[in-house]
Amino acid sequence: MDLSYSEEQLMLRDSAERFLGAEYGFAARQKIAASPQGWSEAIWRQFAELGWLALPLPESAGGLGGGAVELGLLMEAFGKALVVEPYLATVVLGAGAVAALGDTAQQAAILPAVAEGHMRLALAHGETSSRDDSLAIAAVAHRQGAGWRLEGHKTNVLGAAAADHLVVSARIGGGTGLFLVPAGQPGMTIAPYPILDGSRAGDVTLAGVALGGEALLGGAEDAAPAISALIDRAVIALASDTLGALTVLLDSTVDYSKTRVQFGQPIGRFQALQHRMAEMAVLREEAGAIALFAMMSADGPPAARARAASAAKVKIGRAARIIAEQGIQIHGGMGVTDELNIGAYFKRVLTFELLFGSFDHHLRRYAALARRSGFIGDSLVAA
Amino acid sequence: MNLDLSPAERSFRDQVRDFLDRNLSPDIRRAQDLTTTVFTEYDVVQAWHRILYRQGWVAPNWPREHGGTGWSVAERYIWQVESSRAGAPMVSPIGLAMVGPVLIQFGTPAQKDAFLPRILSGDDYWCQGFSEPGAGSDLASLRTKATLDGDDYVVDGSKIWTTHAHYANWMIALVRTDDSGRKQEGITCLLIDMKSPGISVRPILTIGGDHEVNQVFLDEVRVPLANRVGEAGQGWSVAKYLLEFERGVVASAKLRSALTHVVALAEGKAGGLPPVIDEPGIAARIAETGIDIDALEMLELKTNWALRTGQNPGAMASILKLRASQLQQAVSALELEVLGDRALRWEAHRPLYDLAAAPGGEDDIRPAASRFLNNRANTIFGGASEIQKGIIAKAILGL
Repeated sequence: MDLSYSEEQLMLRDSAERFLGAEYGFAARQKIAASPQGWSEAIWRQFAELGWLALPLPESAGGLGGGAVELGLLMEAFGKALVVEPYLATVVLGAGAVAALGDTAQQAAILPAVAEGHMRLALAHGETSSRDDSLAIAAVAHRQGAGWRLEGHKTNVLGAAAADHLVVSARIGGGTGLFLVPAGQPGMTIAPYPILDGSRAGDVTLAGVALGGEALLGGAEDAAPAISALIDRAVIALASDTLGALTVLLDSTVDYSKTRVQFGQPIGRFQALQHRMAEMAVLREEAGAIALFAMMSADGPPAARARAASAAKVKIGRAARIIAEQGIQIHGGMGVTDELNIGAYFKRVLTFELLFGSFDHHLRRYAALARRSGFIGDSLVAA
Repeated sequence: MNLDLSPAERSFRDQVRDFLDRNLSPDIRRAQDLTTTVFTEYDVVQAWHRILYRQGWVAPNWPREHGGTGWSVAERYIWQVESSRAGAPMVSPIGLAMVGPVLIQFGTPAQKDAFLPRILSGDDYWCQGFSEPGAGSDLASLRTKATLDGDDYVVDGSKIWTTHAHYANWMIALVRTDDSGRKQEGITCLLIDMKSPGISVRPILTIGGDHEVNQVFLDEVRVPLANRVGEAGQGWSVAKYLLEFERGVVASAKLRSALTHVVALAEGKAGGLPPVIDEPGIAARIAETGIDIDALEMLELKTNWALRTGQNPGAMASILKLRASQLQQAVSALELEVLGDRALRWEAHRPLYDLAAAPGGEDDIRPAASRFLNNRANTIFGGASEIQKGIIAKAILGL
């Protein structure tokens, strides 16, 4: 048992906060988010130079072999700065899929280019009918000679328009495969749109997209467990991002309450508000604790990983929602305007809440896992 | 960073499990299961205390030279987890977790020699005289007065909510020795022999039907000067040190046992009820509570880990107390919800383990309503939730 960050982990956290503090202030961020493509190539190049694009990728393919703890620390810094670059889409989801399932040639073709900042990816998996059940998809891959033909419609594909390659899920008979599809492949159209937090997503239509046999990642026709793992890791990474955002929400609210004077004193002197902010501080500590648990479980056995991902989604998502709503309430009228950054943070945490399954879904999943393995009575340590 | 047990920690855990298997009798286990109060009944606690004493494991938090175990932070954590999991009673913390550490820090050599061995052996049983009818959350306004007369203090006043004063032979008390300055500065800590003339104990029955707490009256009680802890006027510092020593307690372990029992009831594996686990509301609330316990346990782990390197958890102790007490209430509320009208039947006899085992799973149900009611105290004693929030606002948020 070891609950200390390593020197390298602390250095990563410091360098992330230092870089983003200097280069990614709120005004700069708003400008990037409002630009036509919605992310900055200059910032992306710097991510590459800092090694962040290589961070969680396997060393065998030009990555740094970092684990979920390193990724989480970086994501927390991203959440504090409201980074809109397609990092989750490219590195966690897209490259994560290639690293998990791709054969040597596929990994060599994709991962070094991602690590160096030359290639962006997106995971085209969710569909309008899939809602909470992340594996229920209708897109289908038909065998065509030695290759494949994809038909279907994907929605809310994060980073779709920025991607050079999409990793597309489709049914193969009773199984599921992940296909590597170059952007601009005939038959595939992308309709991009901004989403709530200012980042970009898109709908992807697959109308007879013809692919060679080598497009199927790892030749695997049973990719469902890998997709579950990818989504769990994305939830855990986003939970850390949300932890960063809710920390800023709490800190800004507390600071504001110390300066805003009403009835002749700073409103932070009123006990009703002190107790509410104390409750928010407790939620932040709980969120940080669960984020830690989730990071330590992300690379573990599937059931432990799924349990931790669901716990993180519910605990951190709910904590963030309460802190954000109360943050706006305590900011008063100003909290409802677009003149402060607080609204942007609210949208960030709301995006986490709405992505990858509802709280109810994750409670049901946690309950089912608990019932199957009986872990309720077990310490997190002895598990 | 990981939550894995090292080979040495794993073998320690196995040793603990083996000890618990061999020593935790079905009678003690049953008594603990049927407990409706915060402290387990005196007889049961003392029986377990003596078993731990014989093993040399009764005071894991004490320094080794005074009879502690010399366990690492991880080992102490494992010990608490395994004890709770096995359904062992909690030994009374007043002597072991409060008086002992206070005497080790502030006591005279004579006090250490006189009291520490008897705390370890269980020969002395302690109660805590802090709260008064007029001094609850505002503890520093306490008025029980001690006046020096020769080599004795003469103590007059009253203490309330005194857990197990009807069993205790010693009390650690805060008394007022000076009215002139800041109210915190006139407080002194005394060790009072409960057999002293002038002490009377009045039972207070709780809404759960239990006699656990008391009001203690002190009428011209003579306390030798030798039984003063620290200097006159140092009582507030002693009390703060004593309350801080409660940190390191693993509330999540007991909560896990309690929620496991609720799950067994909901699944129809205890209590002889039809299963209700498939009702969506019940399953979701079990999951919600499970996740809350996960968060609490991670916080406890982080706090214990920080103790290892000598860091003071400070206001984290308030966060842990606040959440643990809220969760204890949430779990017992969930238990009632699962039981529904089966929880209505009231058994007035105490302790419940005195009664013969009831047929048809009734034993699994009997403590629920009483426990739920008594648990209302958890967010009040040891610093009410509102006090904890005040500490968090001040110490963490700088408000």
